[in-house]
Amino acid sequence: MKARHLFVVVMTVALAFTMVSCGSKESAPPASAPAANAPAASPIDMATVGSVGGGVTVDGTVAPPRKINMAAEPSCAAAHAGAPPVNQEVVVGDNKALANVVVYVKEGIGDRAFDIPKAPVAIDQKGCMYEPHVVALMAGQNLEVRNDDKTTHNIHPVPTNNQEWNKSQAPGAPAIEEKFARPEVSIPVKCNVHPWMKAYIAVFKHPYYTVTTKDGKFNLKDLPPGTYTIEAWHEKFGTTSQQITIGAKETKSINFVFKAAPAGD
Amino acid sequence: MKLESAYNPGLHRFAVFTACCTFLLLIAGALVTSNDAGLSIPDWPLAYGTLTPPMVGGIVYEWSHRVAASLVGIVTIILAALLWNREQRAWVRRLGLIALGTVIAQGILGGLTVKLMQPPWVSAAHATLAQIFFSTVIAIALFTSRWWQLDLPQLEDPGSPSLRRLGVWTIGAVFVQLILGAMFRHKGFGIVPHLIGAAVVTALIFMIAGALKRRFPADAVLTRCRKLLHALIGLQLLLGAAAWWSRWYARDFPQPIPVMVTLTVAHTVVGALVLATCVGVTLVCYRVLRPGRELAVESGVENASHPAAL
Repeated sequence: MKARHLFVVVMTVALAFTMVSCGSKESAPPASAPAANAPAASPIDMATVGSVGGGVTVDGTVAPPRKINMAAEPSCAAAHAGAPPVNQEVVVGDNKALANVVVYVKEGIGDRAFDIPKAPVAIDQKGCMYEPHVVALMAGQNLEVRNDDKTTHNIHPVPTNNQEWNKSQAPGAPAIEEKFARPEVSIPVKCNVHPWMKAYIAVFKHPYYTVTTKDGKFNLKDLPPGTYTIEAWHEKFGTTSQQITIGAKETKSINFVFKAAPAGD
Repeated sequence: MKLESAYNPGLHRFAVFTACCTFLLLIAGALVTSNDAGLSIPDWPLAYGTLTPPMVGGIVYEWSHRVAASLVGIVTIILAALLWNREQRAWVRRLGLIALGTVIAQGILGGLTVKLMQPPWVSAAHATLAQIFFSTVIAIALFTSRWWQLDLPQLEDPGSPSLRRLGVWTIGAVFVQLILGAMFRHKGFGIVPHLIGAAVVTALIFMIAGALKRRFPADAVLTRCRKLLHALIGLQLLLGAAAWWSRWYARDFPQPIPVMVTLTVAHTVVGALVLATCVGVTLVCYRVLRPGRELAVESGVENASHPAAL
C-alpha cells in the first residue's frame, strides 16, 4: 500500500513537470540597468580643447579572410549572390590600414562626467551579417538592433562587466533597444542561430572614442588639455597604447601598428 | 538483496529501447554544444513562444534536442511504470523511480542552461547528469536481462585489490573525468585537468582489464567485458586527440566546421559509453565474482591463503 502511494506521488510529480514544461511562458529577461542618477556633465572650456588623430595599420602578412558558408540559410546566401561573404575578423584597406579598431582614451579623463547622447547607436542585421561589425557607445546610451533579414536572429551579447541578455528577433520585428550600464571594451555579440555572425560593442563612460573604417584613420576631438593614455583595441590583435600630452588648442598625431602573427601560429 | 527473478523479455526490451533513445539524445545534446546553438532559442520551455519555432540554423539543433529530451522523458515514465507494475525486485523498481527523478532533474537543468545563459557549472552539470542517467538506464537494462536473473555460479576473485573495488574506483575516475571534460567543453576549465584525468582513467582501465585477463582468462563474459573496455578506451583516446586537433584546426573558421563537430560529438558520446561500460563491467563483477576472503569466511576457512594474481 505504501509503495503504491509512493508510485502515485512520483507519477503525479512527473506529469506536473511535463505540464509545466508545455504550458508556461518565458518571462522577459531583465534589461540592462540604465545609468540612473548619472552625475551632471562637468563643464569643459571649448576654447582650449585639442585633438588627437592618426592611423592604425597592421604589420606582417595577414591571411585572406575565410569564406562564410551560408548554405544553411538560403535567404541570406541570396543576399550575397554577387560576392561570397567573408569573415570580418581582420579587415585591411589600402596601405595595410586596419578597420574595426576601437581607439579611445583609456586614462586621463579623471572624474569628469559627460552627457549621454540621446541618439541611439544602431546595428543592422543584413544578409546574416552585423553592420557595422564593431560599434562604440556610451554607458547608458541606447543601442538599437534592427533585423533587415527575412530570417529570425537571436542577439546575444556576452559581456563580463555588464548584464548579459539574449533576445530573439523575427523578420520585420521592431528594433530591439538596450543599454549597457558600465564601461567595457569590448563585448562580443553573437547570433546562436547563425554561428558566423559576430560583432563587438565597446562601452565607455566618456565620449572620446571612435572606430576605424577601411582607411584606418581616427580622430579624437574636443579633448581638454592634459596627458592621456590612448589605446587601440582590435578583436584579433588585442590592445596597444600610447601616452600623449595635449596643450590648449593643440592637435597631435599618433599611429598604432598591430603585428600580425606569422602564418601557422 | 534479491538478484534472481522471473525474466520478463518485454520489460528488458523496453529498457534496452530506453537506453538506445538516451544514446541518440546524447548525440543530439552534443550536437547543440558543438554547433554553439545552445542559446539559439532564447526562451524555455517554449521556443520563440511556440512549440514549433522557425526551423533555421542553430534552432534546428536546439529544438531537436528538446523534442528528443521530451520523448526520452515520456519513455522513462513508461519504463518506470512498467518496472513498478511488473518487476518483482523492489530495488529494481526503486531504480526505475531514480531514473525518472534523474530525467526530471535533467530537464530542469536543461531549462536553467537557457534561463541562466549557460554558466559553465550549469552546462557541465547538465552534461554530467546526462551521463549518469544513461548509465542508470544501462544498469536497468542489465538488471532486467535474462543473464542477470539466472542462478549464476560465483567465481572466487583471488586478487587484491578485488575487481569489484577496482571497478568502483574506475567508475569514480571516469565520472570525475567526464566533469572535467564537460567543464573544458563549456569553457570552465583549461585542457590540463582533462588530460590528467585521461591519464588516470586510462591507467585504471588498463589495471581492471589486465586483472580480468590474468585472473579469469577463460570466462567468456569477463573476457567480453575486458575486450570492450580495451576497445572503448583506445577509441576514446584517439577521438580525444582528434577532437583536440580539430578544435585547433577550426579556430580561425568563422563557424563550426563539420570535422570539428563530428569529432567533438563522437568524443563526447564515446565518453558516455566508457562510463556506462565501466558501470556495466563493475555490476557484472558484483554479480559473478566474490572476493576470496568473503568465500573463505563463508566456507569457514578464515585464514585460507589465496594466490594474489596481480
